[in-house]
Amino acid sequence: MNQIDTRGLSCPQPVVLVLSEIKTGNDEFEILLDSEASRENVKRLLSKNKLEFDIKENSDHTVYHVTR
Amino acid sequence: MKGLKYPHTPNTLVAFDTSDDAGAYQISEDIAIIQTVDFITPVVNDPYKFGQIAAANSLSDVFAMGAKVCTALNVVAYDSCHITKEMLNEILRGGLDKVIEAGGVVLGGHTIEDLEMKYGLSVTGIVHPNKIVRNNTIKPGDKIILTKPIGMGVITTSIKADMAPQSAIDKAAFHMSYLNKTASEIAVEIGVNAMTDVTGFGLLGHLFEMTNNSVSVRLDYNSIPIIEEAFELAESGLFPGGSYRNKKYYEPNIFLDRKDCTQDQLMLLYDAQTSGGLMISVPGEKADKLLDKLKLAGIEWSSIIGEVFDSKDRKIIIG
Repeated sequence: MNQIDTRGLSCPQPVVLVLSEIKTGNDEFEILLDSEASRENVKRLLSKNKLEFDIKENSDHTVYHVTR
Repeated sequence: MKGLKYPHTPNTLVAFDTSDDAGAYQISEDIAIIQTVDFITPVVNDPYKFGQIAAANSLSDVFAMGAKVCTALNVVAYDSCHITKEMLNEILRGGLDKVIEAGGVVLGGHTIEDLEMKYGLSVTGIVHPNKIVRNNTIKPGDKIILTKPIGMGVITTSIKADMAPQSAIDKAAFHMSYLNKTASEIAVEIGVNAMTDVTGFGLLGHLFEMTNNSVSVRLDYNSIPIIEEAFELAESGLFPGGSYRNKKYYEPNIFLDRKDCTQDQLMLLYDAQTSGGLMISVPGEKADKLLDKLKLAGIEWSSIIGEVFDSKDRKIIIG
Protein backbone atom coordinates (compact mmCIF):
# COMPACT_ATOMS: atom_id res chain seq x y z
CA MET A 1 0.00 0.00 0.00
CA ASN A 2 1.36 3.39 -0.99
CA GLN A 3 1.88 5.99 1.69
CA ILE A 4 1.89 9.69 0.79
CA ASP A 5 3.70 11.78 3.36
CA THR A 6 2.58 15.42 3.12
CA ARG A 7 4.01 16.44 6.50
CA GLY A 8 5.88 19.72 6.39
CA LEU A 9 4.55 20.59 2.94
CA SER A 10 2.57 23.76 2.30
CA CYS A 11 -0.47 24.15 0.03
CA PRO A 12 -0.98 23.18 -2.73
CA GLN A 13 1.73 20.44 -2.57
CA PRO A 14 -0.31 17.92 -0.49
CA VAL A 15 -3.21 18.14 -2.98
CA VAL A 16 -0.84 17.77 -5.95
CA LEU A 17 0.72 14.59 -4.46
CA VAL A 18 -2.64 13.05 -3.55
CA LEU A 19 -4.11 13.85 -6.98
CA SER A 20 -1.16 12.11 -8.59
CA GLU A 21 -1.81 9.02 -6.40
CA ILE A 22 -5.55 9.06 -7.26
CA LYS A 23 -4.63 9.02 -10.96
CA THR A 24 -2.61 5.79 -10.55
CA GLY A 25 -5.89 3.96 -9.83
CA ASN A 26 -4.55 2.11 -6.74
CA ASP A 27 -7.34 0.59 -4.62
CA GLU A 28 -5.90 1.58 -1.28
CA PHE A 29 -3.45 4.20 0.02
CA GLU A 30 -2.61 6.22 3.11
CA ILE A 31 -1.98 9.94 3.47
CA LEU A 32 -0.04 11.46 6.37
CA LEU A 33 -1.01 15.06 7.14
CA ASP A 34 0.13 17.53 9.79
CA SER A 35 -1.64 20.84 9.16
CA GLU A 36 -5.23 22.04 9.29
CA ALA A 37 -4.97 23.43 5.75
CA SER A 38 -3.69 20.17 4.23
CA ARG A 39 -6.24 18.08 6.19
CA GLU A 40 -9.10 20.24 4.91
CA ASN A 41 -7.83 20.59 1.34
CA VAL A 42 -7.12 16.86 0.93
CA LYS A 43 -10.54 16.05 2.45
CA ARG A 44 -12.12 18.29 -0.23
CA LEU A 45 -10.12 16.61 -3.01
CA LEU A 46 -11.07 13.09 -1.84
CA SER A 47 -14.75 14.04 -1.55
CA LYS A 48 -14.74 15.58 -5.03
CA ASN A 49 -13.32 12.31 -6.37
CA LYS A 50 -15.94 10.33 -4.40
CA LEU A 51 -13.29 8.45 -2.42
CA GLU A 52 -14.08 7.13 1.06
CA PHE A 53 -11.52 7.29 3.84
CA ASP A 54 -11.04 6.53 7.54
CA ILE A 55 -9.34 9.07 9.77
CA LYS A 56 -6.78 8.09 12.41
CA GLU A 57 -5.47 10.78 14.73
CA ASN A 58 -1.89 10.37 15.99
CA SER A 59 -0.15 12.66 18.45
CA ASP A 60 1.58 14.81 15.84
CA HIS A 61 -0.17 13.95 12.59
CA THR A 62 -3.36 12.59 11.01
CA VAL A 63 -3.66 9.56 8.71
CA TYR A 64 -6.35 9.24 6.02
CA HIS A 65 -6.77 5.64 4.95
CA VAL A 66 -8.35 5.68 1.49
CA THR A 67 -10.08 2.73 -0.15
CA ARG A 68 -11.98 2.55 -3.44
CA MET B 1 3.57 42.32 18.26
CA LYS B 2 2.87 41.39 21.86
CA GLY B 3 4.82 43.39 24.42
CA LEU B 4 5.81 46.13 21.98
CA LYS B 5 4.65 49.65 22.69
CA TYR B 6 4.40 51.99 19.74
CA PRO B 7 4.17 55.52 21.13
CA HIS B 8 1.65 57.81 19.42
CA THR B 9 2.51 61.45 18.75
CA PRO B 10 -0.04 64.26 18.32
CA ASN B 11 0.60 63.89 14.57
CA THR B 12 -0.24 60.18 14.48
CA LEU B 13 -3.70 59.88 12.91
CA VAL B 14 -3.92 56.17 12.07
CA ALA B 15 -1.62 53.42 13.36
CA PHE B 16 -1.64 49.69 14.18
CA ASP B 17 -4.52 49.67 16.67
CA THR B 18 -7.46 49.63 14.24
CA SER B 19 -6.11 47.10 11.70
CA ASP B 20 -6.43 49.80 9.05
CA ASP B 21 -4.89 49.61 5.57
CA ALA B 22 -2.04 52.08 6.07
CA GLY B 23 -0.61 54.51 8.61
CA ALA B 24 -1.46 58.22 8.54
CA TYR B 25 0.69 61.04 9.90
CA GLN B 26 -0.18 64.73 9.80
CA ILE B 27 2.65 66.93 8.48
CA SER B 28 0.78 70.25 8.13
CA GLU B 29 -2.66 71.74 8.75
CA ASP B 30 -4.02 70.38 5.49
CA ILE B 31 -1.76 67.45 4.60
CA ALA B 32 -1.41 63.99 6.11
CA ILE B 33 0.93 61.43 4.60
CA ILE B 34 -0.26 57.87 4.15
CA GLN B 35 2.46 55.24 4.40
CA THR B 36 2.29 51.58 3.54
CA VAL B 37 4.47 48.67 2.44
CA ASP B 38 3.49 45.33 1.00
CA PHE B 39 5.31 42.62 -0.95
CA ILE B 40 4.24 39.22 -2.20
CA THR B 41 5.59 36.01 -3.73
CA PRO B 42 4.70 35.33 -7.39
CA VAL B 43 0.98 34.66 -7.93
CA VAL B 44 1.13 34.24 -11.73
CA ASN B 45 3.89 32.87 -13.97
CA ASP B 46 4.18 35.90 -16.29
CA PRO B 47 6.81 38.23 -14.72
CA TYR B 48 5.37 41.46 -16.17
CA LYS B 49 1.87 40.60 -14.88
CA PHE B 50 3.30 39.61 -11.50
CA GLY B 51 4.98 43.04 -11.29
CA GLN B 52 1.69 44.74 -12.14
CA ILE B 53 -0.23 42.70 -9.56
CA ALA B 54 2.31 43.19 -6.76
CA ALA B 55 2.31 46.94 -7.40
CA ALA B 56 -1.50 47.20 -7.65
CA ASN B 57 -1.67 45.29 -4.36
CA SER B 58 0.74 47.70 -2.64
CA LEU B 59 -0.84 50.86 -4.08
CA SER B 60 -4.30 49.71 -3.01
CA ASP B 61 -3.68 50.50 0.66
CA VAL B 62 -3.31 54.19 -0.22
CA PHE B 63 -6.52 54.16 -2.27
CA ALA B 64 -8.35 52.38 0.57
CA MET B 65 -7.57 55.40 2.79
CA GLY B 66 -9.10 57.76 0.20
CA ALA B 67 -5.64 59.21 -0.57
CA LYS B 68 -3.62 60.03 -3.68
CA VAL B 69 -0.41 58.18 -4.54
CA CYS B 70 2.76 60.31 -4.58
CA THR B 71 5.92 58.25 -4.37
CA ALA B 72 6.96 54.62 -4.30
CA LEU B 73 10.07 52.55 -3.58
CA ASN B 74 10.65 49.06 -4.98
CA VAL B 75 11.07 46.29 -2.40
CA VAL B 76 12.76 43.30 -4.06
CA ALA B 77 13.86 39.93 -2.67
CA TYR B 78 15.64 38.45 -5.68
CA ASP B 79 15.90 34.71 -6.27
CA SER B 80 18.76 34.81 -8.78
CA CYS B 81 18.82 30.97 -9.05
CA HIS B 82 15.40 30.79 -10.70
CA ILE B 83 14.68 34.32 -11.95
CA THR B 84 16.80 35.73 -14.78
CA LYS B 85 17.84 39.38 -14.98
CA GLU B 86 15.42 39.76 -17.90
CA MET B 87 12.54 38.39 -15.82
CA LEU B 88 13.42 40.71 -12.95
CA ASN B 89 13.40 43.60 -15.39
CA GLU B 90 9.92 42.58 -16.55
CA ILE B 91 8.69 42.41 -12.93
CA LEU B 92 10.00 45.92 -12.27
CA ARG B 93 8.55 47.19 -15.57
CA GLY B 94 5.12 45.87 -14.54
CA GLY B 95 5.46 47.65 -11.20
CA LEU B 96 6.61 50.90 -12.79
CA ASP B 97 3.71 50.92 -15.25
CA LYS B 98 1.23 50.58 -12.39
CA VAL B 99 2.85 53.35 -10.30
CA ILE B 100 2.68 55.66 -13.36
CA GLU B 101 -0.98 54.67 -13.92
CA ALA B 102 -1.60 55.46 -10.24
CA GLY B 103 -0.23 58.97 -10.77
CA GLY B 104 2.94 58.40 -8.73
CA VAL B 105 6.70 58.21 -9.25
CA VAL B 106 9.23 55.52 -8.34
CA LEU B 107 12.13 57.16 -6.50
CA GLY B 108 14.28 54.08 -5.94
CA GLY B 109 14.20 50.86 -4.00
CA HIS B 110 16.18 48.12 -2.34
CA THR B 111 17.08 44.58 -3.37
CA ILE B 112 18.31 41.65 -1.31
CA GLU B 113 19.13 38.07 -2.37
CA ASP B 114 16.55 35.53 -1.20
CA LEU B 115 15.59 31.90 -1.76
CA GLU B 116 12.11 32.87 -2.94
CA MET B 117 11.23 35.81 -5.19
CA LYS B 118 9.27 38.61 -3.56
CA TYR B 119 8.26 41.99 -4.94
CA GLY B 120 6.21 44.94 -3.78
CA LEU B 121 6.32 48.62 -3.02
CA SER B 122 6.59 50.99 -0.13
CA VAL B 123 4.13 53.74 -1.06
CA THR B 124 3.55 57.24 0.26
CA GLY B 125 0.32 59.08 -0.46
CA ILE B 126 -1.27 62.32 0.67
CA VAL B 127 -4.74 63.25 1.85
CA HIS B 128 -6.39 66.07 3.81
CA PRO B 129 -6.30 65.04 7.51
CA ASN B 130 -10.09 65.44 7.78
CA LYS B 131 -10.74 63.35 4.68
CA ILE B 132 -8.98 60.12 5.60
CA VAL B 133 -11.37 57.25 4.96
CA ARG B 134 -10.97 54.73 7.76
CA ASN B 135 -11.97 51.09 7.80
CA ASN B 136 -14.06 50.91 11.00
CA THR B 137 -16.43 53.88 10.81
CA ILE B 138 -19.42 52.14 9.23
CA LYS B 139 -22.88 53.35 10.27
CA PRO B 140 -26.32 51.69 10.58
CA GLY B 141 -28.20 51.98 7.30
CA ASP B 142 -25.02 51.88 5.21
CA LYS B 143 -24.78 49.58 2.22
CA ILE B 144 -21.58 47.65 1.56
CA ILE B 145 -20.24 47.74 -2.00
CA LEU B 146 -17.48 45.41 -3.24
CA THR B 147 -15.64 46.53 -6.39
CA LYS B 148 -13.89 43.30 -7.53
CA PRO B 149 -14.90 39.64 -7.53
CA ILE B 150 -13.33 37.25 -5.01
CA GLY B 151 -11.73 33.86 -5.69
CA MET B 152 -8.11 34.98 -6.17
CA GLY B 153 -6.74 32.79 -3.36
CA VAL B 154 -7.91 29.45 -4.77
CA ILE B 155 -6.99 30.52 -8.30
CA THR B 156 -3.43 31.58 -7.44
CA THR B 157 -2.98 28.37 -5.40
CA SER B 158 -4.24 26.33 -8.36
CA ILE B 159 -1.72 28.17 -10.59
CA LYS B 160 1.04 26.96 -8.23
CA ALA B 161 -0.39 23.43 -8.53
CA ASP B 162 -0.56 23.77 -12.32
CA MET B 163 -4.29 23.00 -12.07
CA ALA B 164 -5.80 26.33 -13.10
CA PRO B 165 -7.77 26.62 -16.34
CA GLN B 166 -6.49 29.43 -18.58
CA SER B 167 -9.79 31.29 -18.25
CA ALA B 168 -9.33 31.45 -14.46
CA ILE B 169 -5.72 32.65 -14.79
CA ASP B 170 -6.75 35.39 -17.22
CA LYS B 171 -9.65 36.62 -15.07
CA ALA B 172 -7.63 36.59 -11.84
CA ALA B 173 -4.65 38.36 -13.44
CA PHE B 174 -6.97 41.00 -14.91
CA HIS B 175 -8.68 41.76 -11.61
CA MET B 176 -5.54 41.57 -9.43
CA SER B 177 -3.68 44.04 -11.68
CA TYR B 178 -6.67 46.41 -11.87
CA LEU B 179 -5.99 49.54 -9.79
CA ASN B 180 -8.46 50.56 -7.08
CA LYS B 181 -7.69 54.20 -7.99
CA THR B 182 -10.87 55.10 -9.89
CA ALA B 183 -13.12 53.28 -7.43
CA SER B 184 -11.48 55.19 -4.56
CA GLU B 185 -11.82 58.56 -6.31
CA ILE B 186 -15.50 57.96 -7.06
CA ALA B 187 -16.14 56.87 -3.45
CA VAL B 188 -14.42 59.99 -2.08
CA GLU B 189 -16.37 62.22 -4.49
CA ILE B 190 -19.72 60.71 -3.45
CA GLY B 191 -18.82 60.70 0.26
CA VAL B 192 -18.61 57.37 2.10
CA ASN B 193 -18.41 56.37 5.76
CA ALA B 194 -15.67 53.73 5.59
CA MET B 195 -13.51 51.83 3.15
CA THR B 196 -10.94 49.04 3.09
CA ASP B 197 -9.48 46.67 0.53
CA VAL B 198 -9.97 42.91 0.54
CA THR B 199 -6.63 41.11 0.84
CA GLY B 200 -5.14 38.48 3.16
CA PHE B 201 -7.95 38.27 5.74
CA GLY B 202 -10.48 37.44 3.01
CA LEU B 203 -13.87 39.05 2.48
CA LEU B 204 -15.24 38.04 5.90
CA GLY B 205 -12.07 39.00 7.79
CA HIS B 206 -11.81 42.46 6.32
CA LEU B 207 -15.56 42.99 6.66
CA PHE B 208 -15.39 41.98 10.33
CA GLU B 209 -12.57 44.52 10.85
CA MET B 210 -15.04 47.16 9.56
CA THR B 211 -17.59 46.35 12.27
CA ASN B 212 -17.43 47.62 15.85
CA ASN B 213 -19.30 47.14 19.11
CA SER B 214 -22.40 49.00 17.90
CA VAL B 215 -22.77 47.86 14.29
CA SER B 216 -22.80 44.57 12.39
CA VAL B 217 -23.30 43.56 8.76
CA ARG B 218 -25.80 41.32 6.98
CA LEU B 219 -24.44 39.92 3.71
CA ASP B 220 -26.45 38.69 0.74
CA TYR B 221 -24.46 35.69 -0.57
CA ASN B 222 -26.06 35.80 -4.01
CA SER B 223 -24.89 39.37 -4.56
CA ILE B 224 -21.21 38.66 -3.85
CA PRO B 225 -19.23 38.63 -7.11
CA ILE B 226 -17.14 35.43 -7.29
CA ILE B 227 -15.01 34.33 -10.25
CA GLU B 228 -16.96 31.36 -11.61
CA GLU B 229 -13.98 28.98 -11.94
CA ALA B 230 -13.21 29.44 -8.22
CA PHE B 231 -16.11 27.14 -7.19
CA GLU B 232 -14.66 24.02 -8.83
CA LEU B 233 -11.13 24.81 -7.63
CA ALA B 234 -12.54 25.21 -4.09
CA GLU B 235 -14.11 21.74 -4.33
CA SER B 236 -10.71 20.36 -5.35
CA GLY B 237 -9.12 21.62 -2.11
CA LEU B 238 -6.97 24.41 -3.52
CA PHE B 239 -7.35 26.95 -0.73
CA PRO B 240 -4.14 28.62 0.48
CA GLY B 241 -3.21 28.01 4.12
CA GLY B 242 -4.14 31.60 5.02
CA SER B 243 -7.79 30.99 4.12
CA TYR B 244 -8.07 28.31 6.83
CA ARG B 245 -6.35 30.60 9.35
CA ASN B 246 -8.96 33.25 8.48
CA LYS B 247 -11.77 30.76 9.05
CA LYS B 248 -10.40 29.68 12.41
CA TYR B 249 -9.97 33.27 13.59
CA TYR B 250 -13.20 34.87 12.34
CA GLU B 251 -15.65 31.92 12.40
CA PRO B 252 -17.01 32.61 15.95
CA ASN B 253 -18.44 35.91 14.67
CA ILE B 254 -19.94 34.61 11.42
CA PHE B 255 -23.52 33.30 11.28
CA LEU B 256 -24.97 31.47 8.30
CA ASP B 257 -28.66 32.24 7.80
CA ARG B 258 -29.38 30.20 4.67
CA LYS B 259 -29.59 26.49 4.01
CA ASP B 260 -28.39 26.26 0.42
CA CYS B 261 -24.79 27.39 1.01
CA THR B 262 -22.23 24.56 0.83
CA GLN B 263 -19.08 24.49 2.97
CA ASP B 264 -17.01 25.18 -0.16
CA GLN B 265 -19.15 28.21 -1.06
CA LEU B 266 -18.86 29.53 2.49
CA MET B 267 -15.12 28.87 2.56
CA LEU B 268 -14.66 31.14 -0.48
CA LEU B 269 -15.73 34.07 1.72
CA TYR B 270 -12.74 33.31 4.00
CA ASP B 271 -10.36 32.90 1.04
CA ALA B 272 -7.23 35.06 1.33
CA GLN B 273 -7.16 37.50 -1.58
CA THR B 274 -4.32 39.25 -3.36
CA SER B 275 -5.04 42.76 -4.65
CA GLY B 276 -8.76 42.45 -4.03
CA GLY B 277 -11.36 45.15 -4.51
CA LEU B 278 -12.41 47.98 -2.28
CA MET B 279 -15.13 47.28 0.24
CA ILE B 280 -17.02 50.55 0.65
CA SER B 281 -19.57 51.41 3.36
CA VAL B 282 -21.81 54.12 1.89
CA PRO B 283 -24.96 55.75 3.34
CA GLY B 284 -27.96 53.76 2.04
CA GLU B 285 -29.44 56.68 0.11
CA LYS B 286 -26.23 57.15 -1.88
CA ALA B 287 -25.58 53.46 -2.62
CA ASP B 288 -27.33 53.23 -5.99
CA LYS B 289 -25.68 56.44 -7.20
CA LEU B 290 -22.23 55.15 -6.19
CA LEU B 291 -22.88 51.80 -7.84
CA ASP B 292 -24.04 53.50 -11.07
CA LYS B 293 -20.93 55.70 -11.16
CA LEU B 294 -18.61 52.73 -10.57
CA LYS B 295 -20.25 50.79 -13.39
CA LEU B 296 -20.18 53.80 -15.70
CA ALA B 297 -16.42 54.08 -15.04
CA GLY B 298 -15.99 50.49 -16.26
CA ILE B 299 -15.93 48.79 -12.86
CA GLU B 300 -18.94 46.79 -13.94
CA TRP B 301 -18.46 43.84 -11.54
CA SER B 302 -19.15 46.15 -8.55
CA SER B 303 -22.05 44.98 -6.41
CA ILE B 304 -24.00 45.92 -3.28
CA ILE B 305 -23.27 42.87 -1.11
CA GLY B 306 -24.76 43.76 2.27
CA GLU B 307 -26.04 46.29 4.74
CA VAL B 308 -25.06 47.61 8.16
CA PHE B 309 -27.39 47.38 11.16
CA ASP B 310 -27.41 48.34 14.87
CA SER B 311 -26.06 45.53 16.99
CA LYS B 312 -24.60 45.22 20.46
CA ASP B 313 -22.24 42.42 19.47
CA ARG B 314 -19.91 42.42 16.46
CA LYS B 315 -21.03 39.87 13.91
CA ILE B 316 -21.64 39.13 10.25
CA ILE B 317 -24.77 37.32 9.14
CA ILE B 318 -24.76 35.62 5.74
CA GLY B 319 -28.23 35.53 4.21
